[in-house]
Amino acid sequence: MSLLMPDTGLLFWMLVIFVVVLAILAKWGFPVITAMVEKRKNYISESLALARKADEKMSNLLKEQERIIREAREEQNKILKEAAEARNNIVRQAQEQARDEAAKIMAEAKVQIEADKESAISQIRSQVALLSVNVAEKVIRKTLATDKEQKELIEKMVEESLKIDPDTARS
Amino acid sequence: MDRITRYIISLFTALAVSVAALAANAGPEAADETVSASQSGTETPQVDIKSMLFGHIGDSYQWHITQIGDKHIIIPLPVIVYSSTGWHCFMSSKLEDGPYKGLYCAEGGKYDGKIVEKDASGNEIRPLDISITKNVAGLMINSLIVVLLILGCSRWYRKHDVLDEAPAGIAAVLEPVITFINDDVIKAAIPGDHSRKYAPYLLTAFFFILVNNLMGIVPVFPGGANTTGNIAVTLTLAVCTFVAVNLFANRHYWKDIFWPDVPWWLKVPVPLIPLTEVLGIFTKPFALMIRLFANIMAGHAIILSFVSIIFLTVKLGPVINGTMSFITVFFGIFMDLLEILVAFIQAYVFTMLSAVFIGLAHEGEKTKEEPAASEEGALMPEASGISEVPEAPGNRMAETE
Repeated sequence: MSLLMPDTGLLFWMLVIFVVVLAILAKWGFPVITAMVEKRKNYISESLALARKADEKMSNLLKEQERIIREAREEQNKILKEAAEARNNIVRQAQEQARDEAAKIMAEAKVQIEADKESAISQIRSQVALLSVNVAEKVIRKTLATDKEQKELIEKMVEESLKIDPDTARS
Repeated sequence: MDRITRYIISLFTALAVSVAALAANAGPEAADETVSASQSGTETPQVDIKSMLFGHIGDSYQWHITQIGDKHIIIPLPVIVYSSTGWHCFMSSKLEDGPYKGLYCAEGGKYDGKIVEKDASGNEIRPLDISITKNVAGLMINSLIVVLLILGCSRWYRKHDVLDEAPAGIAAVLEPVITFINDDVIKAAIPGDHSRKYAPYLLTAFFFILVNNLMGIVPVFPGGANTTGNIAVTLTLAVCTFVAVNLFANRHYWKDIFWPDVPWWLKVPVPLIPLTEVLGIFTKPFALMIRLFANIMAGHAIILSFVSIIFLTVKLGPVINGTMSFITVFFGIFMDLLEILVAFIQAYVFTMLSAVFIGLAHEGEKTKEEPAASEEGALMPEASGISEVPEAPGNRMAETE
């Protein structure tokens, strides 16, 4: 039964010892440790949050980068397409211009040729007229060698001219 | 892997040696007693084993380490008594040669083994006795170990920046244990900001009990005192928990005791439930006291009993004695390992239950905070998770009991 009866002296010393230990550890022991552990825990969780944020930012940046590259590529394609189009346009325009120019030159040449032709024809005509006058002169001279013949011709001609121009013949 | 095996082997060897040392410690006494028993003829050795066992489990005015031949190696401890002739303070070795200043160790009777004096009519009476007994000395040594360990740990934190360095040395050993007790036991059981207030007490109790338990298993000098297996020690611890629970309890706690939510006829003419609840205030720490005391004392008794088998079987011849010694040492090792486990479990259980009881004394405030928390929506599952925690250790308590 002595085992179950707390001894006064031991009780007293136990109380003293435990209270002293508790006082010492509560003052200088555990609060320091738990506070430091807490501090580190907070630091770690903050760091983790920061890392997560950085990671997010990083992935956003990557996405942004990809987007920029894609856009740049699209832009490039667009520019290339536009350049090709522009080149085609220029070539087409140049061709059209050349065609127009050629047509104009041709037209001018035609007019020139026409004019030359006209002048040549008129020259030929006047030449032919001169020739025919000359020939007629010679023919007339030959046929009018006699007076009779001359008379006949004059009459004939007068008649003819009267026929041709009755108005002038009447007046 | 190789290193671990080597550690385990060396641990076993150390334990075997320690058991052997314990056997050597108990040996001569037991052998002596057996001899004296056989000389007196009729007495059985069980009685001697019993007195040896109680001698080891109980308290004494001196620290008996071992006996070599006829020479006892004893550390005398100071005796401090207030007798009818005033205060006396002397070493216990002075009591060996008969009464000293009218004081002597009683043999048999009501105060067996305690220092007594004779009053005028010749009756033995006990003076006020606050001697530094074996258990007190053991408590002092163990407390010194606890204080040095924890202050060593906190010193590391003071000298180093936790944000730059990982804990090293003693801090690395103790930090996981402190964090485990603080986060998984104390913060889980005590709601809100109160856990910070009670953490130093609970952590101190945990390490105090743990170190005392472990030192009790060590059979040689600085250890071996059966401190946590003494009811005075566990009583003090239980009273501390009782004070911690009831002194700062809130209104909700007291309302639950004197006016619980039960049908009115259970509390109005005869206050049946309130009476039970009031009884419960005392039975909770009482259970803490008995659990720790009984577990540790029983562990000591079992190990000592196993060792005693060696000396009990001496009479049965060398073959049986040798076989039994082998089996005994094997079981002794097993029990020692078990006791190391029990040392931790009992410290853990005491701390956890104290935390749960303290948590119950602050429960009402939490239920007041909870609706506010649930309004925020996201916090609700967390809050409900916390409210379940005190119940879980409570169930475990029922299992251990």
